[in-house]
Amino acid sequence: MKAFAMLYEAIDASTSTQAKVAALTQYFAEAPPADSAWAVAFLTGRRPKRLVRAPDLRTWAAAAADIPDWLFEDSYAQAGDLAETITLLVPRGKTIAEASLSAWVEDRLLPLATMDADAQRVALLEAWQQLDGTARFVFNKLLTGAFRVGVSQGLVVRALAAASDVHADIIAHRLMGAWEPTGEWFEQLVRGDTADADWSRPYPFFLAHPLEAPVESLGDVQEWQVEWKWDGIRAQIVKRRDRVLLWSRGEELLTGRFPEVEQACALLPDGTVLDGELLAWRDGTPMPFTALQRRLNRKQVGRALVAQVPVHFVAYDCLEHAGNDLRTQPLHERRSEMQRLVAALPTGAPVSVSPRIEATSWTEVSEARDLSRQQAAEGLMLKRANSAYGVGRRGNDWRKWKVSPLTVDAVLIYAQAGHGRRAGLHTDYTFAVWNGDTLVPFAKAYSGLTDAEIREVDRFVRANTRETYGPVRTVEPTLVFELAFEGIQESARHKSGLAVRFPRITRWRRDKVARDADSLESVRALLRAQQAHEQRGDA
Amino acid sequence: MLLRVTDRGLWCEPAQLYIDPWAPVDRAVITHAHSDHLRFGCGQYLVAAPGTALARTRLGAHGDRVQSVAYGEPVTVHGVRISLHPAGHILGSAQIRVEHRGEVWVVSGDYKTDPDPTCTPWEPVRCHTFITECTFGLPIYRWPSTAQVFDEINAWWRANAAEGRASLLYGYSLGKAQRLLAGLDPSIGPILTHGAVETMTGLYRDAGITMPETTYATVDQRDPAWSRAIVIAPPSVDGGTWVRRFGPSAAAFASGWMLVRGARRRRGVDRGFTLSDHVDWPQLLAAIDATGAQRVLPTHGFTGPVVRWLREHGLEADALATRYEGERDDAAVDETEAGS
Ligand SMILES: [Zn+2]
Ligand SMILES: [Zn+2]
Repeated sequence: MKAFAMLYEAIDASTSTQAKVAALTQYFAEAPPADSAWAVAFLTGRRPKRLVRAPDLRTWAAAAADIPDWLFEDSYAQAGDLAETITLLVPRGKTIAEASLSAWVEDRLLPLATMDADAQRVALLEAWQQLDGTARFVFNKLLTGAFRVGVSQGLVVRALAAASDVHADIIAHRLMGAWEPTGEWFEQLVRGDTADADWSRPYPFFLAHPLEAPVESLGDVQEWQVEWKWDGIRAQIVKRRDRVLLWSRGEELLTGRFPEVEQACALLPDGTVLDGELLAWRDGTPMPFTALQRRLNRKQVGRALVAQVPVHFVAYDCLEHAGNDLRTQPLHERRSEMQRLVAALPTGAPVSVSPRIEATSWTEVSEARDLSRQQAAEGLMLKRANSAYGVGRRGNDWRKWKVSPLTVDAVLIYAQAGHGRRAGLHTDYTFAVWNGDTLVPFAKAYSGLTDAEIREVDRFVRANTRETYGPVRTVEPTLVFELAFEGIQESARHKSGLAVRFPRITRWRRDKVARDADSLESVRALLRAQQAHEQRGDA
Repeated sequence: MLLRVTDRGLWCEPAQLYIDPWAPVDRAVITHAHSDHLRFGCGQYLVAAPGTALARTRLGAHGDRVQSVAYGEPVTVHGVRISLHPAGHILGSAQIRVEHRGEVWVVSGDYKTDPDPTCTPWEPVRCHTFITECTFGLPIYRWPSTAQVFDEINAWWRANAAEGRASLLYGYSLGKAQRLLAGLDPSIGPILTHGAVETMTGLYRDAGITMPETTYATVDQRDPAWSRAIVIAPPSVDGGTWVRRFGPSAAAFASGWMLVRGARRRRGVDRGFTLSDHVDWPQLLAAIDATGAQRVLPTHGFTGPVVRWLREHGLEADALATRYEGERDDAAVDETEAGS
């Protein structure tokens, strides 16, 4: 536990990516596999749910600190964090236990879930006596389901690769999908023999870079495949061993949520993997993303909802056919394979191939892009026709060329309680983007989240308030949301120097940590792109 | 009431003088030379003897208005017996004891009970009414041992030096800086200072306090040995042009506020060391207990919870609204905590 606490400290204290990777690498190189397994789980956001009720925790901690409840609350208000308040208030124990992270998690932490309140109290008091400083803080964070730390999965993968000498792509592949953090699993994760790859797993998604330079800079238009950039959920359909597995880009297994798509894909031949986009779909056209969210938030989908919001899979690519990995073959060949596979499905199946936009010049491509909104698309995808299917955001063979609404990934920094139906819930948010190492307030937005998400954000706000000014709470900058807006302009009145029109939340980026949010510089790039686009429109 | 707050400060009517006034008055008794306690423009200042030079330097042109008295030696003014007693906060810091017709009040000023080789240790002074600061008057504030903090500071410096990075250690230039200097291990590398720190450190040396050898880092000299150096500077220089001359560096901040992670993160330095020149919660309660006071008037900090706690424990207690702000480094953190 101590080593993991020191790792947490090192990551938490540093803003340098290099220092974080170095600390992670050292930890993975030295920790027992069972500890590393839990570390990977926690650092990639697979933290346990809250194990103990917060009111109980407060009562027990106040009693352990021998202070009245009001003084606990005053202390909490100052420290701004429940786990830390408890860490600071409960007196230091005399017997610090040197048990490993896995022992702490498996023997002490997780069993709390099935204990009654009395047993929990006894177990917690004992645990607090045996932990101190950061170890106690980390334990409390895990206990309250609020463990977060400033590393992306990408950095964890880099460190695992460095510590194990296994290529980062393979680590990333092995990390996808469902796994249990055990020592055996960790040994598999970093095993030098790479002929494994669990049969159920998707391939790492290949992502596009935004197009920033003039589109003409891409060279000959004939070398590019142009498609719509659909505004849905990027997903892979894996058909192996007679089963259909649906994976989101956030590595979440979606199987069970889109029965109409799964039924159709059960007819694909074994050993097939398709990459594409899930879209809410009616009468041959996509519905807005918010409709799809109604489906996404349900683990069990009833017939009525399927009828209200039918879902369709638009295929972009074929990554595997007859059990063979096609990713290094040229895109146009993979596309032919995909067309054959989809054509063989029965008529009316909710699966189709994303159409290719035929264009003989970049001007035509640009004209097509102006029609994106009519197509319910976010813009265009430009893919080099002979490109391989890579990993992550590597290379420049795939470009996304979005149109307005412009979108930005921003961090929630302030929250304010709403009115009317949502009175008492924190529904009015202020978002920030990075300016160097500081977050600058950038936009306010109210709408766009589902009721369940609003409640979840509200709980987060309450548990992570740094300070309160009247109705406004400053929260730990942790949650990332995609904001869309209609336009952007310079503004001297705003701290960021920019003002946006009609900002709204388009989705909760649970796959991102605060550090991944956009910067003021990238927002300015959007502004420049918008201005350039407008000028072209005038000409 | 022997002492009460007016719009100018803490007023002792029978003696016709103020303690730590925040506006110009004729006669002032001063607890210590921090700027929220020692202000310009008074006719006469009385300070504890070891702090004379500090007060004179701070007051500049008004330095000749400073008179001093040894710790514990009473001065009688209009029949009021006044004496100054060690507060352990910085060099020359004092608690002010005021006795009139058998009634004794003590004004703590800023104080700490943790060890500090740069000043005379705090002593409890028995009194009926105790006016105490409570900058850190919440039970979350419990200081780690001073020895442990200095081990951490020296280890941090050593690690930076090994990697060829200068260590920038920020602390208030009067008091905190000298306490830091006294705890450093000079065998690790050269110790450099900012001008504000160097001036105050000179006054400590003059007062006979042992300080390690320091080099004032002026603009026009640059030395390769600086990559192993520790630099003691006030926090206001962070991120500015002054620190750039040291090349690759790591920055840390020493303050009681650094105990809480949120405050550390808001400071934006690489490290925070919990080193305070104020009492923590247990020390505050122990100090109050040691005075034997029946009435306690907390000021300068978390007065609300402290008053409530004391009342629940059978003491008479009321918050006293003064205008002492806490050290500027602490205040700077307060500001970031209060602002957006
Ligand atoms: Zn002071
Ligand atoms: Zn003060």
